[in-house]
Amino acid sequence: MYRYVIQRLLQGIIVLFLVSIATFGILQAAPGNPVETMLGEGATQLTQEDYDRLLQKWGLDKPWYEQYFTWLGNFVTGDFGQSMVRAGVPVHEMVLEAAWPTIQLTSLSLAFAILVALPAGMIAAIRRYSIFDSGIMVWASAGIALPNFWVGLMLIILLALYLGWLPPSGGGDWKHYIMPVFVLAINETAVLARLMRGAMLEVLGQDYITTARAKGLREYVVIVRHAVRNALLPIVTVVGLRMAFLLSGTVVVESIFAWPGIGQLFITSVNRSDYQVVQAIVVLFTVLVIVANIVTDLTYAIIDPRIRLN
Amino acid sequence: MSGQSQNIADQGADIQARENMLAGEGHARRTEFSRSWGRFKRFKPGVVALIFIGLLSIVAIIPGVFEPYSYSETNLRERGESPTWEHPFGRDDIGRDVLSRLIRGTRVAFIVALSAMTISLAIGLTVGALSGYFGGWVDATLSRLVDTIMAFPLLVLMITLAAVIGPSLQTTVVVIGLTVWSQYARVVRADVLSVREREFVFAARAIGANDGRIIVRHVMPNVLGPIIVLASLAVGGIIILEAALSFLGLGIQRPTPSWGGMLADGRAHIRNYPHIAIVPGIMIFLTVLAFNLIGDGLRDALDPRQRES
Repeated sequence: MYRYVIQRLLQGIIVLFLVSIATFGILQAAPGNPVETMLGEGATQLTQEDYDRLLQKWGLDKPWYEQYFTWLGNFVTGDFGQSMVRAGVPVHEMVLEAAWPTIQLTSLSLAFAILVALPAGMIAAIRRYSIFDSGIMVWASAGIALPNFWVGLMLIILLALYLGWLPPSGGGDWKHYIMPVFVLAINETAVLARLMRGAMLEVLGQDYITTARAKGLREYVVIVRHAVRNALLPIVTVVGLRMAFLLSGTVVVESIFAWPGIGQLFITSVNRSDYQVVQAIVVLFTVLVIVANIVTDLTYAIIDPRIRLN
Repeated sequence: MSGQSQNIADQGADIQARENMLAGEGHARRTEFSRSWGRFKRFKPGVVALIFIGLLSIVAIIPGVFEPYSYSETNLRERGESPTWEHPFGRDDIGRDVLSRLIRGTRVAFIVALSAMTISLAIGLTVGALSGYFGGWVDATLSRLVDTIMAFPLLVLMITLAAVIGPSLQTTVVVIGLTVWSQYARVVRADVLSVREREFVFAARAIGANDGRIIVRHVMPNVLGPIIVLASLAVGGIIILEAALSFLGLGIQRPTPSWGGMLADGRAHIRNYPHIAIVPGIMIFLTVLAFNLIGDGLRDALDPRQRES
């Protein structure tokens, strides 16, 4: 078990290392240079000497690999550099400030998706071929195909602009949460409901379910103790793997609702060519995905005694 | 010299003939196709979806025939006009006919979806096949590469790439193509891993076929079913990704009409002209849904193992 954990962590670190090189490389290839980005029009009025001094100050005169390792060293110690656009503001402050709204948004969405999708998928499987089952399946197929940014716009038009029930954007009291949380949860709910139904159907066809019924157990006990517990196993894996999708989703959803989180910070930073911030967010997101994947694997091993990690 | 090459050519033909025998070429393949088609036909939503996508393809190939007005002609006096009989979906923020732009946008959606899918399938198939077939260090290296790409939240990686390269139609295709292949590589690798242990692969090797030939002629045809299913399901995902990129301003650029770009216009004028944002989203939804349903139908038809009960 410990060997496996260490192995997974090492693998994670290698992947993280590759991700950081890739990110760094991509942003190195970006047109324009940071000094010009930061100074905007003012850059043209700089003398060559000033310019060189600025380059030197930020270590931009060094070869790329040296820059990379300096950046990596700083990153590991929690120093993400300074914003090139909001001059002098440390990137980690900007990211920390935006982190809490994003954590709230993603966890509430995930909770909503799980609470709706699992019972729905379960009941659909138990009442297979019923109207309820067809309804759930139609809704799940639709939920996967719906572009969430469009649903967001439609909700804003209907609930905020037309009916005036909810605020169209921004953070604040509980009313601000409803639309972003729901919109981010749409795709997850559909995916999970479909998966839960499939897992449940597979489990219900197993011999031990027949055995449990033959023993004369009440249907409720058969479903809850024997079927659901086993059907949940594959779901755990998928919830972990959806982390990457959820984070992608925050970029779009936060942008539509002007939610003051990391996704919005990411988009504004991309548009302002504030690459220090972009870089920090990309690497941070991948750390989250990798950690989520490792935690998922371990959880899976703990709750499923059949799995022997090696 | 020429005698020798003649000899090699003979050998090639020989291997070909024997392989054909092994694979039961011709007859068997045709009946397999009609059997799959029979299974596909039983899934009615899939058939409806196929007809829908067929019609959309025609629209995408010759959009000019269907456009009631010019998709690019502006009319500032009538800007933001609500739907009327002449302009069933209204006019956009600079007075262009929304229906015509929707029709022209179909072409962009299809171009991006098909080209990006082709690129990602080509990379995914190659990486997955090499990884699964050769194993060892090839597999270890390629698998880390796949892990790395899968660790990025896709849209975040695409946005970064698009911003750096500079957004355009080509960028959108390349950026999507270069990022979504990792999931195909995984599936192909797993399938190849099991196929390479089958008897017909040993048989092919025994009669002297080399690795390249075995991969192309024997292994790949046997993993094609799951790949076709995956590809059809992927098209829907790619259309949404393109729309999201364009919506955020980092995909297809003005004045080229794209569904995602039209949604961005609608969002910018959501208070005054809310009608602009409605129909492009419905088109995206229906198209993605149709591709997904075709994928579901194909799964039943081609890939019995993964059939959803």
